[in-house]
Amino acid sequence: MDRVKRTLAPYLLVLPGGLWLLLFFAVPMVTMLSLSLQEGDIVNGFVFTGHWQNYTESLADYQTQLIRSLVYGAITSIVLIVLAFPVAYWIAFYGGKKKATYLFLIMLPFFVSFVLRTISWRMLLTDDGVLLHPLKSAGVLPDDFQVLGSSSAVVFGLVYSFLPFMVLPIYVALERIDPRVVEAARDLYASPMTSFRKVIFPLALPGVFAGVLMTFVPASSDYVNSELLGSSETTMIGQVIQAKFLSNSDYPSASALSFTLMAVLLIGVFAYARALGTEDVMKVAAR
Amino acid sequence: MTTSPSTPAIEFAGVRKDYLSHGEAVPAVKSLDLAIGQGEFFSLLGPSGCGKTTTMRMIAGFEEPTAGKVFLDGRDVTGVAPNKRDVNMVFQSYALFPHLTVQQNVAFGLERKKVAKNDIKRRVGEMLEIVSLTGMERRQPKEMSGGQQQRVALARALVNHPRALLLDEPLGALDLKLRQQMQIELKRIQREVGITFVYVTHDQGEALTMSDRIAVMNSGLIEQLGSPRDIYERPSTRFVAGFIGTSNIIDGRVTWSDQGYAVLEKGPGERVVVPVPAGVAVGRDIEVSVRPEKIDLHRTIPSNVNGSLLSGTVTEVVYHGTSTNYTVATTAGTDFVVFDQNAHDAEDVASRGERVFLTWAPQHSYPIGV
Repeated sequence: MDRVKRTLAPYLLVLPGGLWLLLFFAVPMVTMLSLSLQEGDIVNGFVFTGHWQNYTESLADYQTQLIRSLVYGAITSIVLIVLAFPVAYWIAFYGGKKKATYLFLIMLPFFVSFVLRTISWRMLLTDDGVLLHPLKSAGVLPDDFQVLGSSSAVVFGLVYSFLPFMVLPIYVALERIDPRVVEAARDLYASPMTSFRKVIFPLALPGVFAGVLMTFVPASSDYVNSELLGSSETTMIGQVIQAKFLSNSDYPSASALSFTLMAVLLIGVFAYARALGTEDVMKVAAR
Repeated sequence: MTTSPSTPAIEFAGVRKDYLSHGEAVPAVKSLDLAIGQGEFFSLLGPSGCGKTTTMRMIAGFEEPTAGKVFLDGRDVTGVAPNKRDVNMVFQSYALFPHLTVQQNVAFGLERKKVAKNDIKRRVGEMLEIVSLTGMERRQPKEMSGGQQQRVALARALVNHPRALLLDEPLGALDLKLRQQMQIELKRIQREVGITFVYVTHDQGEALTMSDRIAVMNSGLIEQLGSPRDIYERPSTRFVAGFIGTSNIIDGRVTWSDQGYAVLEKGPGERVVVPVPAGVAVGRDIEVSVRPEKIDLHRTIPSNVNGSLLSGTVTEVVYHGTSTNYTVATTAGTDFVVFDQNAHDAEDVASRGERVFLTWAPQHSYPIGV
């Protein structure tokens, strides 16, 4: 009896979460996949055809937005590494007893709703807002200068939205570095800069990798920042999918685009892992 | 840089080191004047918190003295960054670079010094041979045992031919057998490369086995500096006598003194005889230390005792294989420990509760701090 219990225990533990995933992840995925291979409209209903034309057509129509999204995602991740690394470094090595407080401060803005925060940015960046108005009246910027509606504004918003997701993994990786190892580098004739390049950065790389994974993917598929801070010139693939699902009721092409985006991101992530020489993406991400 | 053999490899001049703790300066090293010779195996020995590690870190450049100066080969290196000091360190936890192979770990210092690629390869190979790790070049540190990692750390430091090698309790994490093996190994390597070794340890056995000279530290000060034999046989403070091995310490007033010997009467027929320098007069209070293995244990009062004689009752008998250790409560008031070699027979000389007599030769008494 005990033996049976012991064999069953792991499965029983997995059961609730497993059922949840099956119901709300696997089933919708299959439904979406099927939808993406259907034709028709909301009035006359959709019919399964098994044709891939939804993919080819929507990709042809929206490749600009898709590529733009990937570029925005990539720029966001790069800017985030540059911004987050020094912050994480400082907290990990100079935070002393207040490390937890500093990390909490980084997280603090995220207790406010995502949409509300983005709308606040819109108010800050508006043409005659608190940021631009003084600069314009002082003559530093021309009167017709705009930030809102530009690619910069969208990337700006994306960077702001995902900052903690870059800081935290890099912090964790840095925090785990034995300070004696850094001292050993200094002892072996490495200048502070060389110790950073040869020891600290390589050891923090898994954190950077996890950070990119956690920011590039959601940033590329984001639609709120472009919606609120951008213009028709900055439309991202997430907005297209959202519009097709919710406004146009064009479920098949929306599903096809979703799958295309997912495929591109997965290929991108694995190629990136390959390039970095990390054997196992998920193992690194989990560290 | 050429240095005359008389220039000390390492020198401390009036060094003090304070740490700030809650806004208050707490001294880690109170006052240090010390010269370590070229090619010497020098140990800093003491309990944790005695300042030995801080002293070593000041040589490496990880700590700067609050006052005073540190010299390497006669050059003032106070305030010089660790990477610009020609000394290397073996860390307690080894601190190997986890992302590099053995080869890359050992080559790290030579690469920073811009040594030619071929030379690096050759020197790393030679060094790995000295520490018996040939064939392990491509291993990662995490794939190696503690003893092997220890030797990588040693090779990584020694390959640079530093002016001095600093070892911070490098054997602490190894088990007893391996530790003893590494002690002999370290001593052999030191003789082979002829580099000054500064060895930090709290293990007196380790220090006695390997060192040319030992500095015993306590509360930020050197209590005694000397050869292992000096320190063991002639402890200059009560702390040293207690910290190095086991000592029996008995104090009393000098009742008689002549020709370099003093006698402390301890009751009818009982006395401690101790060699003293001139000027120790009758009436002075002194402390005398006796090592447990120097004392003879008798069940009957021996005739013709030349030296000290005390009596007491055995309170504990512990068999240790090579010797049997007796604890004796003496009538003079202090508990004595006596090691009796099990050289001839396995029979105990005395058993618990028995009355015994302790004797030892005059030269085996040592007056502390006189």
